[in-house]
Amino acid sequence: MTEVYVDGVGLIGPGLPDWGTAREVLRGEREHEPAHLPRPDAGMLPANERRRAANSVRWALAAAQEAVGASSYRADEVATVFATSDGDGETLHHLCEALASPQREVSPTRFHNSVHNAAAGYWSIAAGSQHPSTSLCGYDATFAAGLIEAASQVWSERAAMLLVAYDLPFPPPLFAVRPIAEPFAVALVLVPEPRPGTLACCRITARRGSSACAPFPAALRGELASNPAAWSLPLLALIARERRDAVRLPYLDGCQLIVEPVAWR
Amino acid sequence: MFAALRESRSGLRPNDFETPALETWIGRVDGLEHEPVTGGLDEFDCRNNRLARLGLRQDGFEDAVAQARERYGAHRIAVLIGTSTSGVHETELAYRRRDRSTGALPPDLRYRYSQNIFSVADFVRRYLELKGPAATISTACSSSAKVFASAYRLIEAGFADAAVVGGVDSLCLTTLYGFGSLELLSRAPCRPCDVERDGISIGEAAGFVLLERADSGAGKIALLGYGESSDGYHMSAPHPEGAGVHLAVMQALFRAGLAPDAIDYINLHGTATPANDRAEDAALHRVFGNTIPCSSTKGWTGHTLGAAGVTEAIISALCLERSWVPGTLNTRALDPSLRSRIVLTGEQHPLRHVLSNSFGFGGNNCSLVLGMRA
Repeated sequence: MTEVYVDGVGLIGPGLPDWGTAREVLRGEREHEPAHLPRPDAGMLPANERRRAANSVRWALAAAQEAVGASSYRADEVATVFATSDGDGETLHHLCEALASPQREVSPTRFHNSVHNAAAGYWSIAAGSQHPSTSLCGYDATFAAGLIEAASQVWSERAAMLLVAYDLPFPPPLFAVRPIAEPFAVALVLVPEPRPGTLACCRITARRGSSACAPFPAALRGELASNPAAWSLPLLALIARERRDAVRLPYLDGCQLIVEPVAWR
Repeated sequence: MFAALRESRSGLRPNDFETPALETWIGRVDGLEHEPVTGGLDEFDCRNNRLARLGLRQDGFEDAVAQARERYGAHRIAVLIGTSTSGVHETELAYRRRDRSTGALPPDLRYRYSQNIFSVADFVRRYLELKGPAATISTACSSSAKVFASAYRLIEAGFADAAVVGGVDSLCLTTLYGFGSLELLSRAPCRPCDVERDGISIGEAAGFVLLERADSGAGKIALLGYGESSDGYHMSAPHPEGAGVHLAVMQALFRAGLAPDAIDYINLHGTATPANDRAEDAALHRVFGNTIPCSSTKGWTGHTLGAAGVTEAIISALCLERSWVPGTLNTRALDPSLRSRIVLTGEQHPLRHVLSNSFGFGGNNCSLVLGMRA
């Protein structure tokens, strides 16, 4: 069992352009109206990197920038965990297409964009940060896997952590083998002590067992639940409504991850 | 492995992977083509998980994990595995078999169990019948060094009592042609720190380590420190002075509570690209001067990418146990601009503390300090 404080939230998804809007939707104060979002502009990236960054990186950085902006930390003061199940599908598609052609000519930019830690690399360049960064994957359990990694770093390093989880729909033909229907990125700044703007204190426990996970928030329309990063929303719903129930996140066979906002002030 | 180190036997050979159009050398594990993953885990069958299974079956590792399972319970043992490309080769091959009219992928592609990055940790967890927290860490070529740091923290924070950490990366077209596109592939067996070094030789490997608390484990080797950093400089080129590397090394020493002169041997990342070896040398010279013997063992294994961290941690552990400083295989003429004490031939020497470096694309750095258990 580990406790961490949530010092900033950022997110971006259809009908959820920022945490302020999402908070109202999750509190039932506003209808969720999914709409197509323009490509995030990734304004924090230097010009070269902005030209090269894949869409998934732009989404991840949009959420990350909002969360850090809302926190009491600067972008170059936080260590990071980037959690994505599938990385960048456009990049994967173009690489596999090139490798199936007779010439096998691969673009060097596409190749470096194909690493699972691409968003983390672009973030550290944009933020001018030398802080540690971990990128990971847990398939449908990716958000929970990222949360446990970030929380254990907060706990054992006493460090401020930026956790970013994101996935975008795959283009065809890859969409058929991994049907994530909606794009979503979320970011949380997690810290070891409360700060003036702290939103919540979360107790995180991994426990033996395999019971069903929390329902996806009913207020959200569309197919967001197909996106592993959107499984942060059951937790964010508790934070938005200032509720203190425990929520069980999708995790692994035989192992549950339970997150419980607790009293702290 | 240790015999090969002692006898200077390289595992590299001319590229014969798949349809070998690239003129380069590779470190290829024989026989994987004929050893499918079967039984209850057959949906995981792909080159990467075949290699993982082969690794798990070596050196009594399964037995050691079975004993740990008895001691701690399956749900108290975490699994953290590093990989850079997982089973992407299956998707590469599937793209050659797309439906001519619709472009659809063949129905036998099991994306979740091959290409998805979690596949390898999922496979290892199920194969070893473990039920604790799990993830695949994928920070390119530092992946399976980072798993040590993450596992340490999971245990510290109480999420687990022990962890299986490891790294698995297998040959695929993405890395062969990708590094080719960056002109980072050596045409000969890689020559780390050589004045004529011209790039990496890609290898494949699987390596695993069982980590336990010092007060409950039986192992002879201890993880004494780790350091992690980002360059924040470029996606595929290292910072020229190795600023991030310097930070990772300093933090590893700090966590280990050791002064630089307490390190007896440094296992370099030493990929044999001109830029990597230069930047790493600059960072290490700043910390250690030219007093500590350093070498790269990639002339034996090739650059095993996401498996390099654990491969070299295991090499470091073997060298600690057997008092051996390995040389730098294939390297003939040291680059005179490198200022660290790079050793070319192996020598018997008692070791207490070893530093092992791993760096990846995206400017992701990790250094580990290992030592004989007190």
